[in-house]
Amino acid sequence: MSMTHWQAAFAARIARDEPQWLAPMRAAAMTSFNALGFPTTALEDWNYTSLSSIAEVPFTVGASASSTTVADLTPYMINAEWPTIVLLNGSYSPSLSSLDSIPAGMLVMDLAQATREQPALMQQHFGTVATSEHAMTSMNTGLMQDGVFVHVPKHVESETPIHILHVSDAAAAMSAKFPRTLIVAEAFAKATVLESFVGMADVAYFTNHVAEVVVGEHATITHTKIQRESDLATHVSTTEVHQARNSHYVNFSMAMGSKLSRTNVYTVLDGDGGGVTLNGLYLGKGTQHTDHQTRIEHAQPNCFSRELYKGVLDDASHAVFNGKVYVHPIAQKTDGKQSNHTLLLSPDARIDTKPQLEIFADDVRCTHGATVGRMDEAGLFYMKSRGVPAETARRLLTYAFAADVLETIENETVKQALEQLTLERYAGSGNNTAHAAREH
Amino acid sequence: MLEISNLTATAGEKDILKGINLTVNAGEVHAIMGPNGSGKSTLAQVLAGHPSYEVTGGTVHFEGEDLLELEPEERAHKGVFLAFQYPIEIPGVSNAYFLRSAYNAMRVARGGEEVDPMEFLDVMEEKLKIVEMDDAMLARSVNMGFSGGEKKRNEILQMAVLEPKLAILDETDSGLDIDALRVVAEGVNKLRRPDNAAIVVTHYQRLLNYIIPDFVHVLAGGRIIRSGGKELALELEEKGYDWLLQEALA
Repeated sequence: MSMTHWQAAFAARIARDEPQWLAPMRAAAMTSFNALGFPTTALEDWNYTSLSSIAEVPFTVGASASSTTVADLTPYMINAEWPTIVLLNGSYSPSLSSLDSIPAGMLVMDLAQATREQPALMQQHFGTVATSEHAMTSMNTGLMQDGVFVHVPKHVESETPIHILHVSDAAAAMSAKFPRTLIVAEAFAKATVLESFVGMADVAYFTNHVAEVVVGEHATITHTKIQRESDLATHVSTTEVHQARNSHYVNFSMAMGSKLSRTNVYTVLDGDGGGVTLNGLYLGKGTQHTDHQTRIEHAQPNCFSRELYKGVLDDASHAVFNGKVYVHPIAQKTDGKQSNHTLLLSPDARIDTKPQLEIFADDVRCTHGATVGRMDEAGLFYMKSRGVPAETARRLLTYAFAADVLETIENETVKQALEQLTLERYAGSGNNTAHAAREH
Repeated sequence: MLEISNLTATAGEKDILKGINLTVNAGEVHAIMGPNGSGKSTLAQVLAGHPSYEVTGGTVHFEGEDLLELEPEERAHKGVFLAFQYPIEIPGVSNAYFLRSAYNAMRVARGGEEVDPMEFLDVMEEKLKIVEMDDAMLARSVNMGFSGGEKKRNEILQMAVLEPKLAILDETDSGLDIDALRVVAEGVNKLRRPDNAAIVVTHYQRLLNYIIPDFVHVLAGGRIIRSGGKELALELEEKGYDWLLQEALA
């Protein structure tokens, strides 16, 4: 039944006015999704994560009317002065967005406007990066409604983050959304994009997001994702990146919401001298299931990759980390380092960690390591022996374990926001400020 | 202040302490010496409440209260402090935050109020001088990347901040060069008061040139086999432990 359901949703959508180049792409994607179906654990890439729980759910595409106001979004803005584009229940909301402060030269707009006003750029890049044959990516391409286009022209540099705020409120109940992000940085450009996924109500919904990122020669894109969807949500997000010569891409993935989430981050280092940093933090509780899959393809020589994922799992939560690094025969002098460290707070919590290095060049330096541990008893006793109450010591050590990877976030405001979220989870609402544990 | 009576303890299956008797009064410094494996560090850790050891017999009273009934943090609140032989590294927690958490927990446990970070900086200014430490050390994660000497100084800094009634120094001299040893010992001496006491656990007499003990006890095989004044340390320095062990066996 499910495929018919989605096919009908697709049929309803193609009635919309769409450019000539896009319609066939969507039709082909939908055909591909129909053939592949929802991924099952029989697929190697989905060994530990099953989407079977939602495959048969008749989610509606698009949500009913919503009454969310700008004031309701205040807690999620991080910094209200940043250009913020809001997708409410999957649809672009001009009234909730604030795009007055877009840095000079940059374009930040919803996809419909981009298709109308920037057809050449859209046609040049859209659908050219997210090419993995993944059912979920095909599904997004086939069924996407709205999305965001960010364009950073040659030599334009900005430190101000562009915030893409994906909001789901009570009206999102039993709906599916397929937001799409396209970020294009031309040569020598530099920009920061923050994507937040926020659930404002305890309702079930399905997010299937795809981001495509084109990083031109000598360009740098810093891309941070904060996933704090509703505890009943299912969240799938795939970011695919193409990197030219001497480019840098820095991704941070914070996952703390959803009943089930799967985040894919894939990049191809397709030019000499580039670098990529993929870091992340997952915080599991209850029966949450949090899966990260990363893939770094070293397709050219002299590139580096750095990867650090940390996780804290409580109760009966389950996390998966699968980090692939693929080094082509031509990619000599590759310098790769990957680590995954998980702290288990409960005997029922579980992590499946799978580093995968496939190296076909001979002059490379690649390392990987994974650890799974429990609370550091020595540290606990040390703190208690100084009079720190046991519960405080436990929370502080947990926070410190997690906060370590947040230190890698360059933007101070983003870092502090994520530290605050982590602190709230582990140190209670206390009087401490986010950076208290690191105070000078 | 401290009365240890016939204390026995095990680590796993192994008997380590086999009947310790020791009384420490306010204003006194006691040195506990002995060969490796004699149980010196175990005694120090048992007093602090380390979970790896099980007390199997005897009693320990601190200011009249049953110390063994208390959790490690409660012992700290009562005024017991252990300077660790191997201070623990805590990545991600700054020294300043750690010290302030401990200081505030202690104040609250003793019926006082917490201090804010600014007030605490004033407290620290004076304490840092005691161990000749730079305030840059406060911003670093607890003991992370500290040299051996820095770690030991950091222990004494914590002691200075927490102002214990009973300080137990577990091989604080191990791994220190002579300059670091002097700084650490002088720090301990500056903190000596008529109303507090110290137990100095050490393998070598060297530290006792700087921290002059009132009593010296020799621990061997889990028992105190000889007690004396400070001259006993010098005798041990000269003759080693063997003669005492022979005597004890005889």
